[in-house]
Amino acid sequence: MYNFEFEKPSTIADAVAALGAEDAQALGGGQTLIPTLKQRLAAPSALVSLSGIAEMQGVCIEDDGSVAIGGATTHATVAREAAASYPALAALAGQIGDPAVRNRGTIGGSVANNDPAACYPAGVLGSGATVVTNTRQIAADDFFQGMFTTALDEGEIITQIRFPVPQAASYQKFLQPASRFALVGVYLARFADGVRVAVTGASEDGVFRWSEAEEALTKEFRADALMGLKVNPMNMIGDLHGSKDYRAHLVSVMTKRAVQACS
Amino acid sequence: MAQVSMTVNGVAVSGDVEGRTLLSGFLRDHLGMTGTHVGCDTAQCGACVVHVDGQAVKSCNMLALEADGSEVGTIEGQATADGSLNTIQQAFQDHHGLQCGFCTPGMVMSAAALLKDNPRPTEAEIRHYLEGNLCRCTGYHNIVKAIMAASGQDVGSIAAE
Repeated sequence: MYNFEFEKPSTIADAVAALGAEDAQALGGGQTLIPTLKQRLAAPSALVSLSGIAEMQGVCIEDDGSVAIGGATTHATVAREAAASYPALAALAGQIGDPAVRNRGTIGGSVANNDPAACYPAGVLGSGATVVTNTRQIAADDFFQGMFTTALDEGEIITQIRFPVPQAASYQKFLQPASRFALVGVYLARFADGVRVAVTGASEDGVFRWSEAEEALTKEFRADALMGLKVNPMNMIGDLHGSKDYRAHLVSVMTKRAVQACS
Repeated sequence: MAQVSMTVNGVAVSGDVEGRTLLSGFLRDHLGMTGTHVGCDTAQCGACVVHVDGQAVKSCNMLALEADGSEVGTIEGQATADGSLNTIQQAFQDHHGLQCGFCTPGMVMSAAALLKDNPRPTEAEIRHYLEGNLCRCTGYHNIVKAIMAASGQDVGSIAAE
């Protein structure tokens, strides 16, 4: 790992100022970034830790009933503190990595990284959440822009993510047991005005909404409504863990399971 | 270089470290506390698990400077003051929960974190909690047994596989 300066500001304003330095990079829990640095795949001049910013910590319920999670909140905290207010999201957080990883990794870090097999992007997109940064609010539909690519600008920090709470929701993860990422993960959320289905782990373009399934399930919320529907295998990831066809098949299977879990 | 201060097993320590110095490196190379093992160095294996402010973390995947001001617990702090093994360590010995012993510091620290939050875990809960701790010798069976025993539960219910 190349050396870097380390800073740990206690306010968002100070963090933004520190990130103004050339090649400075934000550090969430570091559960992806530190291994990346060890591989020398990144060489920031400075790491700006977001873990000391009190206003970016914790889970709270907004006046409109939405669940707001600070960007620096760990997966373990979300699993515990959102369990009553948004159980499906808490369950997703409790399935990430392993206990020690969940004690460090943060929601903001995961979402900003947008790993194509990470769990949180599915939860954020499937819920139709709003990503709040130090400068603006970004709808989930506009935020994720392909594998490891997001709408975030240089030096922009995810300070909070706001989740509208659906009538029912479920995250179904087909575990890749070596990495503990999702081989395929489907987050399904049923709102009064329709169903959202977000898929992670499967596509070469990162997390995506499966609109055909959403339309079918909005009309009729039964697993049978998905009969005959399948994502195009051509766009799926194919690797030694699973072929394109296998992942496409898993998307259908996990979506059905999510419907059944919500029924 | 920057100064880092923390308590390790209740003792105040400090040192000058680089930004890139890992907590595992600070413990091992600066403090000479080599009980914390670095196995994979990619946050997969869990041999480096320590407690930071009471929570299990992988110390090879956390910067030393991130632990500034924290209370850190390591395997060296598990034995009682007179050097005798604590309940978890004794259970690992009694139930042959180790062979080569390389993963054991991380296993014991994970077990301690589990039992703090969940004093009487089921076998399934133990196996699930140890997802991030790899052991290449034991097949996990006797580790699970040891943790069951350390929690004061009957280990007879764990069928040999």
